Amino acid sequence: MAEPVSHVTAQMPRAKLAGLLLFFLGPAVVIYTLFSIYPLVATMALSTYTSDPSGSRSFVGLANFRTLLGDALWSKPFWNALGNNLIFFIVHMCVQNPVGIALAGLLSLPGVRLKGFYRTVMFLPTMLSVVIVGFSWNLILSPLWGVASGALKAVGLGSLFAPWLGLESSALVTLSLISVWQFVGIPMMLIYAALLNIPEELIDAARVDGLGQFRIFFHIKLPLVLPTISLVSVLTFVANFNAFDLIYSVKGALAGPNFATDILGTFFYRTFFGNQLQLGNPTMGAAVATVMFFIILLGLCLYLFLVQRRIRRYAF
Amino acid sequence: MRRTFKAGLGAEVAALALLAGLASAEAGSLKIESWRNDDADIWNSKIIPAFNKHYPDIKVEFAPSAPKEYNAALNARLDGGTAGDLITCRPFDASLALYQKHQLDAVDGIKGMDNFSDLAKAAWQTDDGKTTFCVPIASVIAGFIYNKEAFAKLGVSEPKTLDEFHAVLEKFKKDGTYVPLVMGTADQWEAATMGFQNIGPDYWKGETGRANLIAGKERLTDPQYVAAFKEIAGWAPYLGSGFQAQTYADSQNLFSLGKGAIYAAGSWDISTFRGQAKFAMGAFPPPQPAGTTDCYISDHTDIAMGINAASKNKEDAKKFLEWLTTPEFATIYANALPGFFPLGTTPVKVEDDVAATMVGWRQTCKSTIRNSYQILSRGTPNLENELWNVSAQVVNGKLTPEAAGKQLQDGLDKWYKPAK
Repeated sequence: MAEPVSHVTAQMPRAKLAGLLLFFLGPAVVIYTLFSIYPLVATMALSTYTSDPSGSRSFVGLANFRTLLGDALWSKPFWNALGNNLIFFIVHMCVQNPVGIALAGLLSLPGVRLKGFYRTVMFLPTMLSVVIVGFSWNLILSPLWGVASGALKAVGLGSLFAPWLGLESSALVTLSLISVWQFVGIPMMLIYAALLNIPEELIDAARVDGLGQFRIFFHIKLPLVLPTISLVSVLTFVANFNAFDLIYSVKGALAGPNFATDILGTFFYRTFFGNQLQLGNPTMGAAVATVMFFIILLGLCLYLFLVQRRIRRYAF
Repeated sequence: MRRTFKAGLGAEVAALALLAGLASAEAGSLKIESWRNDDADIWNSKIIPAFNKHYPDIKVEFAPSAPKEYNAALNARLDGGTAGDLITCRPFDASLALYQKHQLDAVDGIKGMDNFSDLAKAAWQTDDGKTTFCVPIASVIAGFIYNKEAFAKLGVSEPKTLDEFHAVLEKFKKDGTYVPLVMGTADQWEAATMGFQNIGPDYWKGETGRANLIAGKERLTDPQYVAAFKEIAGWAPYLGSGFQAQTYADSQNLFSLGKGAIYAAGSWDISTFRGQAKFAMGAFPPPQPAGTTDCYISDHTDIAMGINAASKNKEDAKKFLEWLTTPEFATIYANALPGFFPLGTTPVKVEDDVAATMVGWRQTCKSTIRNSYQILSRGTPNLENELWNVSAQVVNGKLTPEAAGKQLQDGLDKWYKPAK
């Protein structure tokens, strides 16, 4: 098949082509360079410096990274934060995405009434400010005036209630579930859109072959939306390892009790900006941020090489 | 999904710095940097007009930031050369760092500095105590605020000793109408600041113990520190149900709604309660352990003001600081903000009865500042952060008092070498 576009550009005078490229690509290149690439490189550069009390900085190479990963004072909280971050991510993968898929599956069934209403309601929390979400859940789960204990008592399960947000054993999972509640709308919407793209003929053919809705979903629809699910997973991964706001708004920068809810974001914040009497340490903070960047990069590479390439896409 | 917070915060700080730059001061006017945005009204309607009665030509602008971002924003503005002329000083290392970076001037030459005791100035001095770089404004006192109606109903009086304190708590617990002691551990700092640092000074003899700790003559594993942890470990049965998830705001609401009997308090809570609570309140100092005679209170120096070394209007800034040392300013400040107590040696009349009670403890008890603040929170791990963590865990029953002391001392030993 002929490629009319390249044909047009091939015949264009050089200068005009350059002008065209500049016009279309220039703004994006400038904005990304200024607001993404430059801060990233500057952060990495900063992480190789250290500062003394008078405020002057000197180059130390990789010493900050050796301290961060080799000195127990730094590495213990770092691994603790990374471990907590993994749990945070696993809860999202095991709860947020399956629930999102299930909701999308239900919404895409033929004959569901008030679809628009459900869709809006379930997407609503995503648009709320994290501070509001944190504050509301703090109140809902509060042992003093929360509705959670009353609701459990009403169904005879009052003994199950505990101050979940305050216990070392349950605080992190509780916060993860609050985050799941807030963001479940995103996988739901993306998968719902993918489900709507599946041609009716395929479903009809399956129905003619005698399959019920349940098996149609698992054998026809789910395999067809797998690329979207993997995209959702990778978005979840990036968002979770950059997460900070919910923990900070509910538990503060010290992420208690006993750092049980400390994730990389809060660890970075304490290091970079300090806390109460702890003075901020921008160079060490930059080292933490750089390590976070590489963790996310590693995750993305694994995804690209191990998962993305094996996904088969179907053209309808 | 979520915006990356790093980029967001950076942009915010940059934007703040830019805004500050546009409004940078010229001669004849002064700009005050502060984290007390709650008090903006009082500064604009009471304090600055009172100053202008003496110096009508100096235009003063109070430009506060939110407390949480004050340190970061101030540092950005100082580094960028756009900060105001007068800098409200956090206590100890945050301000010391500014002085060491030559961003704050020494204030020893200010007339009226001899109006402050050494203890009052300690938070804004170099380690050798020779140079002071901020003029002290106020301190906060810790103690216990109680619901007078609840006390009258059960016929109990203010406890003087810890034994009496425990008896009162037990009585309230048996009665069941009120939460005996209002304090939560969700935010952690309450357990450290209103728990450990509140009742502790009686055990370690206030300033004596604090100085010994810095000199390395006492250790946090010593009996007096473990005993203080033991005391707060015994509070759990008297706290509200689910206190592990009770935030500071929850505690304030619980008490001001009249549902609590005793509130482990900082004096800064007074103004909140004045606005909300409908019952009569009283205050008592930390009850004393058996066998002690002298009493000590946590009278913590918290707020001061210094001159930006890059200010273009240092003459007027000095005039303002001189005025801050006068009893006139102290009286206005103490009464506009009950619970923030002036640090000058001239006594100031405080109208609010609870605030007056608390500041009255200075006559009978010896003042001390929190022992984790000076020098000892300079390294990694940070002693104050650790103290929040272990105090909350001790109250939660997750850590024994002995283990708490050991964790603190082990952390301190990793970086702190006391001067011999």
